[in-house]
Amino acid sequence: MDSTVKYPAPLGNPETKMFWDATVEGKLLIKRCTACGEAHYFPRALCPFCFSDQTVWEESSGEGEIYTFSLMRKSASGPYAIGYVTLKEGPSLLTNFVDCDMELLRIGQQVKVVFKTTDGAPLPFFTPV
Amino acid sequence: MTIKGKAYLAGIYEHPTRHAPDKSTAQLHAEVAKGALADAGLTKADIDGYFCGGDAPGGAMAMADYLGLKLRHLDSTDTGGCSYLIHLGHAAEAIATGHCSVALITLAGKPRTGTMPPRAIGAEVDFEAAYGATTHNVYGMCAMRHMHEFGTTSEQLAWIKVAASHHAQYNPHAMLRDVVTVEDVLHSPMISDPLHRMDCCVVTDGGGAVIVTSEAIARSLKKPLVRLIGAGEALKGPRGGQNLDLTYSAAVWSGPPAFTEAGVTPKDIKYASIYDSFTITVLMQLEDLGFCEKGKGGPFVADGNLISGTGKLPFNTDGGGLCNNHPVNRGGMTKIIEAVRQLRGEAHPQVQVPNCDLALVHGTGGLLGIRHGASTCILERV
Repeated sequence: MDSTVKYPAPLGNPETKMFWDATVEGKLLIKRCTACGEAHYFPRALCPFCFSDQTVWEESSGEGEIYTFSLMRKSASGPYAIGYVTLKEGPSLLTNFVDCDMELLRIGQQVKVVFKTTDGAPLPFFTPV
Repeated sequence: MTIKGKAYLAGIYEHPTRHAPDKSTAQLHAEVAKGALADAGLTKADIDGYFCGGDAPGGAMAMADYLGLKLRHLDSTDTGGCSYLIHLGHAAEAIATGHCSVALITLAGKPRTGTMPPRAIGAEVDFEAAYGATTHNVYGMCAMRHMHEFGTTSEQLAWIKVAASHHAQYNPHAMLRDVVTVEDVLHSPMISDPLHRMDCCVVTDGGGAVIVTSEAIARSLKKPLVRLIGAGEALKGPRGGQNLDLTYSAAVWSGPPAFTEAGVTPKDIKYASIYDSFTITVLMQLEDLGFCEKGKGGPFVADGNLISGTGKLPFNTDGGGLCNNHPVNRGGMTKIIEAVRQLRGEAHPQVQVPNCDLALVHGTGGLLGIRHGASTCILERV
């Protein structure tokens, strides 16, 4: 989406408050379960794998690679690239690829997190390294 | 305990409209219900079970009241476009256990006339909504990864649309009746890479309905006997983002129990209704259901292999969602209806599969590349 696009502010809730507090500081948090050791995204209070409530916040490197993407060409707000990034820590997440030539995106490309402002907490996006 | 052979598809009706600005959505539900009852030879008073998805205005309670139904069984499971296949399986369960004897399933809506109601908001909303996921780009992401891993090509995907168009030319109600070529598909505008406009289904107003009943009631009616002999349902999503793999769908879980229950294999299937929201949807589901190996869907669909009369697996002989009809952006209902036509011998003579006594219906619903439902139903002519 182009720079004139206004991104929606996260609604937030008690379960995800820490995540959105961190984006204000430019940090991308994931959750890790101390019972089974697995990391997940988006964050849950209970581990989606073993259902333990022993999940803790962990700062992600914000680095990963493009798992897949699609360049949406028919959009009222202009073309945009949606895709999944697989973080170095393991979990994959849905995002947009920004601040780049979208025609050059490719699967396996290295990307890093960037944050875009909203009327509320900033949202994580990714851009090629 | 099995639903095998316990439920018969006694009535079907596909609304002939593809554009209905002059009708209400509730009215369309009533019209398709009436059509399916007439097809079965039953009346509204016979209905004691009702099944509907999120397209029913106000939900199941409001819709049942609008229709004037007196019920003892109600089910409003919603998994997007495959809801009606799941309803078929659930109706069979209810009939097998005696919780109802005549079940009505309806679908109707008007996405061509107006905007669709917003999707329900889940816990993921803050982590997904801003990124502009639409059906086009989410299915595009699946196609992109499939091409990357298996070398699937746009030409191979195009063959799915070509096959659908060959069937649609014989359907007077189809929204798109022109036969198209692989080149036509490849030269249509790119919507969301790598999907072209002709890789996408039509947007239509309309709807459809099915009446499901017990063997005893079905045998008292005049239509050829078609029954459900196997059903499976499943869900798939990113589930925390672990081991993300968009190259397969929930059909890998809904298919095997349906085949097992029916006691048949993909090789036995004479006709397949395969949900075709996009060409990639068909290709992935064919692989996941075992019609070919994973990754070999491209060669399998190429060269007209899905065209009735010449291909090995005739599919969507009404023209499918790609050419005929995709009411409410939900293709499951019309998939059931065309399979019943085939099993009855009521398909158009140019696309009727000879001696069609075993058919598969498979649907997906929601967003294939994010979270989706799937249902597989196997039907036989008695």
